Amino acid sequence: MKKVITLFLAAVMLFSCAVSAAAYDNAELFAGLDTEYYTRFKDAGISINVYNWGEYISNGEDDSLDVNKAFEELTGIEVNYTFYATNEELYAKLRAGGASYDVIIPSEYMIARMAKEGMLEEINLDNIPNFANIDPSLVDMPYDPGNKYSVPYTWGTVVLVYNTWLVSEDTDVETWGLLWNEKYKNNILMFNNPRDAYGIALKKIGFELNPENTEQIEKATLALKEQKPVVQAYVMDEIFDKMGAGEAAIAPYYAGDAITMMDENPDLAAAFPREGTNIFVDGMCIPKGAKQKEAAEMYINFMCEPEVGAANCEYIGYSTPNLASMELLDEEITSNPIAYPPVEVIENATYYELLPDELNKAMDDGWKSLLADDENFTFWLVPAILLLSVLSSISIVVRKAIRKRRQYY
Amino acid sequence: MKRHRLIKNSWVGAVMAFLYAPIVVLIVYSFNSSKSRALWTGFTLDWYKKLFTNEVILSSLMNTLIIALISTVFATIIGTLAAIGINAMRKWTQALILNITYMPIINPEIVTGVSLMLLFVFVRDRMGVPLEMGFVTMILAHITFSIPYVILNVLPKLRQMDKNIYDAALDLGCNPAMAYIKVVIPEAMPGIISGALMAFTFSLDDFIISYFVSGPNFTTLPITIYAMTRKKVSPEINALSTLLFLIVLVALVAYNVVDSRRENNKEY
Amino acid sequence: MKISRSTAMPYIIWMIIFTVIPLILVTYFAFTDGNGTFTMANISEVKDYVAVIFRSIWLAFVATVICLIIAYPLAYVVSRASEKKQKTYLLLVMLPMWMNFLLRTYAWMTLLENTGIINRLLVMIGIGPFAMINTQGAVVLGMVYNYLPFMILPLYSNMTKIENRLIEAAQDLGAPSRKVFSEVVWPLSLPGVMTGITMVFVPAVSTFIISRMLGGGSNMMIGDLIELQFLGNAYNPNLGAAISLGLMIFILLCMSMLNQFNEEDKEGMII
Repeated sequence: MKKVITLFLAAVMLFSCAVSAAAYDNAELFAGLDTEYYTRFKDAGISINVYNWGEYISNGEDDSLDVNKAFEELTGIEVNYTFYATNEELYAKLRAGGASYDVIIPSEYMIARMAKEGMLEEINLDNIPNFANIDPSLVDMPYDPGNKYSVPYTWGTVVLVYNTWLVSEDTDVETWGLLWNEKYKNNILMFNNPRDAYGIALKKIGFELNPENTEQIEKATLALKEQKPVVQAYVMDEIFDKMGAGEAAIAPYYAGDAITMMDENPDLAAAFPREGTNIFVDGMCIPKGAKQKEAAEMYINFMCEPEVGAANCEYIGYSTPNLASMELLDEEITSNPIAYPPVEVIENATYYELLPDELNKAMDDGWKSLLADDENFTFWLVPAILLLSVLSSISIVVRKAIRKRRQYY
Repeated sequence: MKRHRLIKNSWVGAVMAFLYAPIVVLIVYSFNSSKSRALWTGFTLDWYKKLFTNEVILSSLMNTLIIALISTVFATIIGTLAAIGINAMRKWTQALILNITYMPIINPEIVTGVSLMLLFVFVRDRMGVPLEMGFVTMILAHITFSIPYVILNVLPKLRQMDKNIYDAALDLGCNPAMAYIKVVIPEAMPGIISGALMAFTFSLDDFIISYFVSGPNFTTLPITIYAMTRKKVSPEINALSTLLFLIVLVALVAYNVVDSRRENNKEY
Repeated sequence: MKISRSTAMPYIIWMIIFTVIPLILVTYFAFTDGNGTFTMANISEVKDYVAVIFRSIWLAFVATVICLIIAYPLAYVVSRASEKKQKTYLLLVMLPMWMNFLLRTYAWMTLLENTGIINRLLVMIGIGPFAMINTQGAVVLGMVYNYLPFMILPLYSNMTKIENRLIEAAQDLGAPSRKVFSEVVWPLSLPGVMTGITMVFVPAVSTFIISRMLGGGSNMMIGDLIELQFLGNAYNPNLGAAISLGLMIFILLCMSMLNQFNEEDKEGMII
């Protein structure tokens, strides 16, 4: 067994030697950085837990910058990188407790909610000199006045992604109603998280993106239930494979990811619904109880480095809030109307706002009842199964009685 | 009669095809140079190369083995001792303890996972013990669901054992502890080994319980695989499946060869 | 004998901490709200999810029946084969089981997709494509595939105990094959059937991965519902605990019912 393990490890080493030549030149990147600042914890043996969205960081694939590895190399701080699929999942994971994280990247409405519930640590902006690079129009926003808790990571909008092969040309793609279109039954994917799904449903039935009362939420729930029969699946990052392979025709998703998908599958296109869409900012935050606050701030600062931010956004496709990074990006990227939409679209787009607890609860409940809802569920199942269990218990009793009687003979 | 055999064979064949078709697909696709599952564009070994440089997968493989080994050792020791103790108990205490022992086996895994998660969080938040989800919680959880399998394998062996052997050992001058080590444990050895093997495999394969008690800095292979299936799926996952399949195949075949050889030896 | 009894102490302590107390905690959470005050609200909220519960039971039931139908003849054939063949068959049945079940389920995604292999073959011969992935059928298929070995193995180990002599005796006495089956083979294999049913039904009814990977998120099952409350999109551990408690009680009831069938050769298993 030992031999096998040794052989296996030898094979691993061999392979790692062969491939480890990274195409992105880290040394060149480091040359432009404040080494003194970044090497403060060099030999302290620190590790930080970074909890991010899936597919939301440049990871060294296709000769891109491997952000986490570069950070480790530069600072000597180990990065434990794990990911979640939705804001709500992040919230649950933090609330459930048990695990502690140092950097998380929720969206603006979740930042506001977490800040309100005391789940975030105040960030010391003095430790993040690169905060100066952030676009002033994305600083000091209502969700986090004074950026006490968050530093913008990216921003973007929600778009409709559709497959030009599968969606006929005469179809109106610039409306949320497309996601309810019977013609594309079983070819539609939908967000697998309540806030985005409700946002779309509310817009579709003519309300604002942010519900004002529980009645609006109830109406949106009905709309979503009505939509359920045409929906093939509720997905988050599974969407990359599904849209990439032509598994589905239409799906709403985040613009940055839409760009990535379109790069991989040239049949895909994206559209902004004219009812208005959602615009979001995802911010880097430090959750309460983080063990390595200063190292976390260093990580955030590293993310705001012009080169890092540029390389990162180039890979993930999202729009950068970092003006210095913006300057480094190719014209081709910054002129992409999906990532950096025209003013009319931005003006027509809304941020998710922090909802009062009762509306959050109503939305959670509605969401659960939507997923639980079963069009095929017929009520006869209840009595049928009850009957079945009663019959089987009777048969058991009868069997037992027979057996007992047999024993008497 | 011939038609009978045809039906039999085709039934077995069909079931086997059903069991192996997906695995064959995974293996074939692990050599596909295209990233997408939809098309075959050519032969490549790139995904294997990538797999062997994927630190996340390699470290979680290591973690899985570490967890399985440690939890098996603990579970085997605690479980064997427990079986000896339970075997000596009065009938109703025995029944009570065995019933609770069955709980983690009968209970849906998700309930066990959730209950352990609540326990760990409770201990941390309400009792102030600095217990982080991760290595320790994972080990504790794995030991917990492994012990019953050890007990269930050892107990029958103890029951089959002739009690007189133990008494004879005492008569011959052993103290009780020695009698156990010299006589009872060797008698129960086959049960202990099969219990340990079961514990080990369950620990290797466990996802559901681990999912609820894992933390960011310690993940096992099943958890990594789950995370991989939730985003853009890389064909590395196919390469990984192929390798795992081959390892299991080799291990099982080797085990069977050794086993049948041993049996042949016995006959002569 | 005193010493030997005390060797169980470490385990008993372990069991109390890691089995009994956690279950008490689940019960505690089920009957309290976020602030720790007693409430029945969670328990009564469970009834809102009756569709999920029945869907889970129904799908698990169908999967169990299909497993039984597939596994029974197979186990019988295997148990009547020569010893060497038996070993090979067993190996073949166990081999897929040793692969991580997430990978096995993932493999089915590749097969069932609209642009997947099965559909492309079907299109090639001129039928289809069919919508297979993200349906309840796919979920059942995933369950059958994953848990089939759990049905085959207990059936097989039970059937090897049925001696050929008994079957031959029945045949010699003139029983037609249908009678041989219903009077000899089936009753003798019943304990194996019961074990198989439990081993398939329990994991099937509580799964949360198969339904998510093959059911597209809309065919939610009890397991998904529980996961959703603890680590998913709708954080509410108290409701999650209540559903878990309900699931546990349901399973224990089912088990005790099934155990009535084969109380003869089981000990300790009282519930």
